[in-house]
Amino acid sequence: MTEILAALLVTLGLAFFIAGSIGLLRLPDLYSRLHALTKADNVGLGLLVMGLALLTDDPFIALKLVLIWLLVMAASSASAHLIAQRARRRERGT
Amino acid sequence: MTDVVWGLLDLLLILALLALAWGSLNSRNLQRAVIYFIGFGLLLALVWVRLRAPDIALAEAAIGAGLTGALLLAALRDASHSPDHTDRPDRAWRLNPVPTLLSLGLAVALGLAYLQALEIADPQRLAVAVFSHLEQSGVSNPVTAVLLNFRAYDTLLELAVLLTALLGIMALGQARPAYAQAGPVLAGLVQWLTPLLILVSAYLLWIGAHAPGGAFQAGALLAGAGVLLRLAGFPDSHFPAALILRGMVIAGVSLFLAVGLVLMLVGRGFLDYPPAWAGGLILLIETAATLGIAATLMLAFLGGRPAAWSLDTSTTGRIQAADMVRHNTGDNP
Repeated sequence: MTEILAALLVTLGLAFFIAGSIGLLRLPDLYSRLHALTKADNVGLGLLVMGLALLTDDPFIALKLVLIWLLVMAASSASAHLIAQRARRRERGT
Repeated sequence: MTDVVWGLLDLLLILALLALAWGSLNSRNLQRAVIYFIGFGLLLALVWVRLRAPDIALAEAAIGAGLTGALLLAALRDASHSPDHTDRPDRAWRLNPVPTLLSLGLAVALGLAYLQALEIADPQRLAVAVFSHLEQSGVSNPVTAVLLNFRAYDTLLELAVLLTALLGIMALGQARPAYAQAGPVLAGLVQWLTPLLILVSAYLLWIGAHAPGGAFQAGALLAGAGVLLRLAGFPDSHFPAALILRGMVIAGVSLFLAVGLVLMLVGRGFLDYPPAWAGGLILLIETAATLGIAATLMLAFLGGRPAAWSLDTSTTGRIQAADMVRHNTGDNP
């Protein structure tokens, strides 16, 4: 039962990653591409981590997985912000 | 079935690795080439994981992809002041035929030598030798046992190479101009990450005795914290005072040498640890080496002597540095 749930969560997470990658390739401008990427990082990785955490018996490993998710979220949102800010400044020509 | 899936994954990894290497060598835009190089380093770390070498994977991700990538991006920033330095000259065939042929020849020769070595040598021999002496090494991680005990000479010389490289960088002149003060998002992230990086670095140093980790990985993470502080543009990057930083730079080599010499004085060989003391001595050396590697990599990212190090601490150095900062704030993120 746990394994089926874990497989479902991982598959759902992968779907977000695929959608994010397609968005990165197909969306017209930088801001909407960033928007697509953050979905993969936040929700996709979150679902993946939840699925993988269900598969381990060791709560310490599950905690480490959650920590990875939190770190990736912090880093990806901060870098998305920096990239967008830089692009915005360039557009304004400052 | 599982074998087929892993085989496919390995094949994909290798193809992506080759494509990234090709892109990094041939991309016309240098910034793109650097990004390909960083991606190459991250995939190479995954390849090391697949080869069951997590120690090297950690080092490759931290040093190969992370810090080398940061160094290359900093070099690009230096070059971006002159207008057309970020693009390579447009040539239809950008691989130089002579080095390419020579490299191919070397690759074929190495491959043949490797195949021959597989036939003569028992591939398990070295591993067996390591595992049969692991108990006397003072640690239970075979990689650390080789690096800090059985082949401690090599590690000492590696640290000396790093130190020499840094002395060369310091001799080049003043540090790169500082970065502009970061906005609240980046500054907040860095303030939040720095203590975590220090903690994880200490964890990697400690765990190196019985699991993947050790001085190089721990030092690289600590240096990563330094690079982040520098990028966020905090005053003096919040680095330790000049005297402490200089002490850190020589800590690894000098403590390593001191341990070796003291062991000679008490009548043992150079770096021939008594088994009862080996664990403690290795931890001591690794702690000093972590600090040394971290300080070396941080200063290498600065690209020269920090302003606080110049002999005339009074005015000129500071004014120059301030001028350079002002000159440079325009194109900072």
